[in-house]
Amino acid sequence: MTRRAPLPPAARAIVKGDLRALARTISAVENGDPSADPILRAIYPRTGKVPVIGLTGPLGVGKSSLVSALVGHLRGLGRAVGVVAVDPSSPFSGGSVLGDRIRLERAPGDTGVFFRSMASRGSVGGVAAATRETARLLDAAGFDVILIETVGSGQVDLAIREVASTRVVVLVPHLGDEVQTLKAGLFEIADVFCVNKSDLPGAGSAERDLAELVSLGGGRDGWSPPIVATSTVTPSGIDRLWAAIESHQRFLDSSGGRLSGERLRLKQEIVGRVRDEVAAELAERLDKDPGLRDLLDRVVARTLDPRSAADRLLAASRRGR
Amino acid sequence: MPAKRRSAPIRVLIAKPGLDGHDRGAKVVARALRDAGMEVIYAGLRQTPEEIVRAAIEEDVDLVGLSILSGAHMALFPKVLRLLKKEHPNGIKVFAGGIIPDEDARRLKRMGVRAIFGPGASLEEIVRTAEKLARPSS
Repeated sequence: MTRRAPLPPAARAIVKGDLRALARTISAVENGDPSADPILRAIYPRTGKVPVIGLTGPLGVGKSSLVSALVGHLRGLGRAVGVVAVDPSSPFSGGSVLGDRIRLERAPGDTGVFFRSMASRGSVGGVAAATRETARLLDAAGFDVILIETVGSGQVDLAIREVASTRVVVLVPHLGDEVQTLKAGLFEIADVFCVNKSDLPGAGSAERDLAELVSLGGGRDGWSPPIVATSTVTPSGIDRLWAAIESHQRFLDSSGGRLSGERLRLKQEIVGRVRDEVAAELAERLDKDPGLRDLLDRVVARTLDPRSAADRLLAASRRGR
Repeated sequence: MPAKRRSAPIRVLIAKPGLDGHDRGAKVVARALRDAGMEVIYAGLRQTPEEIVRAAIEEDVDLVGLSILSGAHMALFPKVLRLLKKEHPNGIKVFAGGIIPDEDARRLKRMGVRAIFGPGASLEEIVRTAEKLARPSS
């Protein structure tokens, strides 16, 4: 275990529950602002003890409402909850409308909930890294459970895969037949399936279809994903959903999966950071380094192919800088 | 390893304090700000001043945009301003839109609302003002 050095002031403020310091540091993380570096470094040894739960699924299945219901349930159990809700940025303007807060209901003055909306900002590794570091900041700030909500598609979905230790895939009745579920690619990441809007007709057959799919070989490492029906209208099933999540968390502890999963995610994190840094550096050198600019010119002129150019760029980077 | 600093998009909270349910204007403005490259946190209807200020702090926004059509602006806006100042002395700026009589608009501006847009204000004007409020130097 890392020895605990004295915390820098901003990190101390976060650990003491200063929500403004927490919010600002999350922004620094999102912006790639180096002022976040010493804070993240200082808090790291204190983190990793609380469950990070991801909820993902197609648009409109009720993820935000479920998150709000789970927050209510957890507050009833006396647990403090940090939420990160990720939505895509527009590929055209870079802007976004982040609307997941609309569903959030909390008692006036309740400081046991912290909700942060996050835009994907268009970089594949970026959103996963920002989500992971934000989860760590929430952990250090004393929240007992971290919930991460993302749309289940493409790059945004990576945030869940690379951050959460229990992944809940949320579906609804009439999304399509079971082949759609196979296609979506969501199936493989589910530790828990949630059939939401179970007050609607067709919920029973959606559950049966899923159960059949799971019986064909869902889950990993001896865990078979449970299927929980929920409704945030009636409301019902929220307690069962949380029980299913907790049972997966207990399974992670008893099977040794927590450590191996964490090891894999941390490896991805380290390699991902290096990849992003090196890629950015090489892209810049390709533009500015007189010895390398020629490479791109020749590829443009079709006197050199992209693979050979990449090999030479890599070789140049290995020779040092 | 120092990460490269990326340019930070402007973050705006759009909220409707009070009890009227007419959020079309707020949504149109949210969309225009998004199209100008901003990150818009849409907090939705029937927000109390406390909820709005709490959201502004958690989301670490540069600006708060309040939309109101119910006539309760003189009861609700000063409370938002007061709480924001108390919780966030470094200043999150507030702008507003809706049905606000000129006399009230003058008073609200004296209290610290930076800009007020009535019916007929152009989206370009709102976007330009938001950009100027959030990044006064650029």
